[in-house]
Amino acid sequence: MNSRSEFGFTGRAGRFAMDAANPREVARQLAFTRRDFLRSAAGVALGSTLLHSPIALAGAAMKKRKVVVITFGGGARDQETFAPEGQENIPHLMREMIPQSTFFTQVVNRGILGHYVATASLATGAYETFNNFAAVSPEHPTVFEYFRKDLHRPASDAWVIAPSNGFNRIGESSSRSYGPGLGARVILPKHLLTAATGGSGGKDYEHLLRDNYETPFYTPELAGNEFELQQLAMMLKLSVDDFKAHALTLSSPDELSVYIARQLMRQVAPSLLWITMHDIDIAHAGAYSLYIDGIKRTDRLCAELWKTIQTEPEYAGNTTLFILPDFGRDSDEDSGGNGFQHHRTGDALSRTTWLMAMGAGVREGIVYDRPTESTDLVPTLGSMMGFSAALAQGKPIPELL
Amino acid sequence: MLPADLKPDKFNGYPPEARKLATNYIAALQRLPLSFLPSLLREVIEYDFKFPVERKAVERELANLASLSPEQTKEWFQGFAQIRLSTQLENADWVNAPAQYVEQFSAYLWSTHQQDAFRAAAVGYAERLHAVAPPDPPQLPRLGITVVGQGVAAYDAPLFRKLRAHGVYFNHVNSENGLQFLLDAVAARAQAHPAPYAHWYIDGGQETKCDPALTCVSYHALEPARAALSAKMRAEIERPGMGPEALRSLMARMRPEDLGLNAMPGKTSDPIMERFQLKVLTEGSGTQIFATTFAQWTAREALRRAQPLTLLVRFAPRQRQKPMNEMISDSTKPVELDPVGSLVDGDFGAYYNWLNQQRLPGAEQSRFLVWFEGHNEAVAIGPSWPRGTQSNAAADMKQLLS
Repeated sequence: MNSRSEFGFTGRAGRFAMDAANPREVARQLAFTRRDFLRSAAGVALGSTLLHSPIALAGAAMKKRKVVVITFGGGARDQETFAPEGQENIPHLMREMIPQSTFFTQVVNRGILGHYVATASLATGAYETFNNFAAVSPEHPTVFEYFRKDLHRPASDAWVIAPSNGFNRIGESSSRSYGPGLGARVILPKHLLTAATGGSGGKDYEHLLRDNYETPFYTPELAGNEFELQQLAMMLKLSVDDFKAHALTLSSPDELSVYIARQLMRQVAPSLLWITMHDIDIAHAGAYSLYIDGIKRTDRLCAELWKTIQTEPEYAGNTTLFILPDFGRDSDEDSGGNGFQHHRTGDALSRTTWLMAMGAGVREGIVYDRPTESTDLVPTLGSMMGFSAALAQGKPIPELL
Repeated sequence: MLPADLKPDKFNGYPPEARKLATNYIAALQRLPLSFLPSLLREVIEYDFKFPVERKAVERELANLASLSPEQTKEWFQGFAQIRLSTQLENADWVNAPAQYVEQFSAYLWSTHQQDAFRAAAVGYAERLHAVAPPDPPQLPRLGITVVGQGVAAYDAPLFRKLRAHGVYFNHVNSENGLQFLLDAVAARAQAHPAPYAHWYIDGGQETKCDPALTCVSYHALEPARAALSAKMRAEIERPGMGPEALRSLMARMRPEDLGLNAMPGKTSDPIMERFQLKVLTEGSGTQIFATTFAQWTAREALRRAQPLTLLVRFAPRQRQKPMNEMISDSTKPVELDPVGSLVDGDFGAYYNWLNQQRLPGAEQSRFLVWFEGHNEAVAIGPSWPRGTQSNAAADMKQLLS
């Protein structure tokens, strides 16, 4: 503990209090630890030797390809997930999903670590720099716009299910070349529930309406209840009464999102579906037990969505699932933060995450620990699905192509 | 305005002691880059309300800056000097509102991808400062005690997993009168080694007994202040156009009297503690609504700022999770508690209390005890306890504190 005491609160002049370790080295070590753990615990292989293996491309002949992206949000650390002491919190990822996936251990987010702006950056493949708490569209074209414009797809073929009312602009950018009319349709399940219950939701639904843990006292107001109810009836084929009745059986906002996602997959079967989880972000309130509950729930919901993909006729056999966090959370070792509670220090732990890909065209049980960036996701989806992410900053991940 | 343009009258808005300090060192301040100076002024402007240890640290830092030659100053701050700033930041009122400036500056660093460069410069500076002006060692070895699990009758899952590796795990602790013994022990230390703000008792619920020699803070005692804060927040949230930044700015401008902290029943006026408690409630995320978060964050801030020689933290059950708007709505309604969840919170909070204690000078001699209240499990950490061991022998609190 000597080094910590020497460079603790006082040694680092308090107000800076940052980690002296080289962030790149920390990220690399983090990746190696994940790799070693996954190799021993889940029986996966190191991927570098298989990079150009023809095995990878087997099974690529398929019907119309679909992609589902789940952001494992908002932010979970290794010690509560992939580290040995954390595996008890993610039994479904560990036992059921990782053996079927290609797993990237070192995905670095070099952008702003706020949930809306970071998720928007994931969706554009470019580091967005707007105010995280502003109701603005991403500056760069989103994956939904590339997909729809290049492949001439209708609006009903690209959907976003977003956790917070603050995410209502994530489906469409302000880019001149793309933008209006080319984005995804966005469902905000909480707003949908509020509309269905005719106001604030009522006491029975309050547990499903938690919003915006990053700034918990701010919930942007949205108009358009009529549109929400149209979505419910016309797209999801749900009566208000059925929706309300089923919602009563759910325990969290992310469960509501997954319920909506399943309904959407059954009724609309979009080719590009983006689901953003958010329950974990309750960590901002500082209660560790609630943060762990959020991780366990997200783990279970990811497995449920994977089962849905495997069983829905429109998705089974032709769908690639991507799961990745938008970013991590602060390290216990960084005295500038308060550990799991926030993602403010910009340390390596808060920037270094992982990516799991599984399903159509993806090798099973492989781990890669070379660094990739979170902005690589959209160009990779472009190469997989046949559109050009022309204004993205990232690059396609060759191991997935 | 740039630092070189600083004049003594620019500090007229500072509290008296802070103004005197800033004007005494104005020549040194003028030489500093704008990417650095506001973060220092953020400390200086609070000087009148700082704990003794903090005051010494600010004085030591300023004295060191004043001792540097122009060439040395350039060398010390070359990393900061390379940070690009916007005109908007240069024109901001960084003298009178340094905290707001630092917040804007931080957002700017993120958006311009200069966070890593700033981080490297900050670490380099802090290490140099530590080398030339190290903090004083504590007068006596620090003692940290954390009590968790109030209201939990039984718990089967393993506790203290993060802390066991650093000390001895006891599973046959005599819990009779355990809390009283610990309270008496910290009071005795405070009486034997009196010093301002050196011995603390933080309670996440209602404080059991506060010896006058201790600095006491409790979630229960701050209930009127929390209610006042919630009412102000509700009123602001309902205002058209209110956003998170505006709300944060409003909270940053609050004074202790806005929440009634200057007139708490049974408390004598203490501007330093009033300001400390205000900051816990307005800067700590979740401290207003969760008793466990309050206890952990208050302990963190006490350790970081006051660097106590003795710190007893007792976690109490927090309310069960509900939507945020409901949790800040009406604090007079009876709340449903979550004792087991709070035990998990407290267990991890104890780990953070220990980590934060070990960040202070004298860590190698510090001692720490965490105890499951009313039960027979505890972990004792210190130079005399072997690390990563377990004791199945009967033990009492006196032995654990020895």
